[in-house]
Amino acid sequence: MCLAVPGELLSIEGDDPLARQGQVSFAGLVKSANLAYVPEAKVGDYVLVHAGFAITVIDAEEALRTLAYLAEFDLEELT
Amino acid sequence: MKYVDEFRDPEVARRTAEAIARIATRPWNLMEVCGGQTHSIVRHGIDQMLPEGISLLHGPGCPVCVTPAAMIDTAIAIAGQPGVIFCSFGDMLRVPGESGSLNAARARGADLRVVYSPLDALAIARSYPDRNVVFFAIGFETTAPTTAMAVLQAAREELGNFSILVSHFLVPPAIEALLGDPANGVQGFLAAGHVCTVMGYREYEPIARRFRVPIVVTGFEPLDLLQGIYLCVRQLEQARSEVENQYSRIVRRDGNRPAQDALTRVFVARPQRWRGLGEIPLSGLGLAPAYERFDALHRFPDIVVAPERIGDCISGEVLRGLKKPGECPAFGTRCTPEHPLGATMVSSEGACAAYYRYRRSAMVARRAS
Repeated sequence: MCLAVPGELLSIEGDDPLARQGQVSFAGLVKSANLAYVPEAKVGDYVLVHAGFAITVIDAEEALRTLAYLAEFDLEELT
Repeated sequence: MKYVDEFRDPEVARRTAEAIARIATRPWNLMEVCGGQTHSIVRHGIDQMLPEGISLLHGPGCPVCVTPAAMIDTAIAIAGQPGVIFCSFGDMLRVPGESGSLNAARARGADLRVVYSPLDALAIARSYPDRNVVFFAIGFETTAPTTAMAVLQAAREELGNFSILVSHFLVPPAIEALLGDPANGVQGFLAAGHVCTVMGYREYEPIARRFRVPIVVTGFEPLDLLQGIYLCVRQLEQARSEVENQYSRIVRRDGNRPAQDALTRVFVARPQRWRGLGEIPLSGLGLAPAYERFDALHRFPDIVVAPERIGDCISGEVLRGLKKPGECPAFGTRCTPEHPLGATMVSSEGACAAYYRYRRSAMVARRAS
């Protein structure tokens, strides 16, 4: 129910604060999403979409930080 | 980076599970709050990768499962009114109330539309100005802002034929209720990442301190869940009880402020009944006075929500983490996804449905032996 899916923001239409829309690509499947809750979102960002709304802009640096944290478990085993 | 496959690497998952085994010196009971996490855990077999003694209890975070049967009966009654177009997320259609399901109401002639977003229901209201369009607004803090935006747009356009049947739930009061229950055996929580996307995690800080329980904001992919479990077990082993954020690519401490502002404008907190858990203070949302005219219960004053009756389904104990689906005598026999006794068997995020889909053959084999 709280399922939310990451996708790439391809374009932004309109400037109505309640109804600003974007086209979002989910691995090639393009759907529109309301952008009212992500005023900072730019074309090229990855956003998380739930029930037709982008609810956050994904932080690429934090994603890499998480993967780097997990990669350290490999090193632990080797040392 | 596509933010999906990178977080599903089976080799990294295996090593993370080994890291959990290295730091765990005794048994611990953790609860994942969200039904989406339950589904992912059972689907990917995360619980089976963990060392013996680390148990995952499945929490109440499935809105379809906790919506009271009486609310579904109310939805059915409204959907049956002349001139009504009733819009719902697909998950709700098969959930049994006391008087059947929305699907059965559709078979009897109700005009029921499955929507993906509350804005779809709003678009239907614009297209059918002579019909009464009602949206069944279910969900947690993740979904409530999408309802709020539909109400704000409807108010701006003065759409008199649009209303909502509100059944929104708030997660932190339910966690407090679980922790305050003398039967509680949960020692650490994986908090629901997408609820925290909207609300942030400041609300959990006093809960972690008061109940001395670690709370780790956790995502939904296998590596997210395993890292969340690792961080939670590490806190327990070190006797810490803090709020940590595993899901930092998505969740910020303050959450999504524009979404919170919309919630504050449109809704007020109110007491809420949870299926299986009973009434929990200030754990639900109702429309604020300025938007009450969009409340379907105001628009259909003859329809009243009945008090809850208790059936023979143990979903209340499953939702509190006191029992697992396999402990129910009806599981897989009298209760199946085709003929569910309770909502935890209906929703794909319900613990019973997840076990039925991914574990049934193993469970049947174990019972037979």
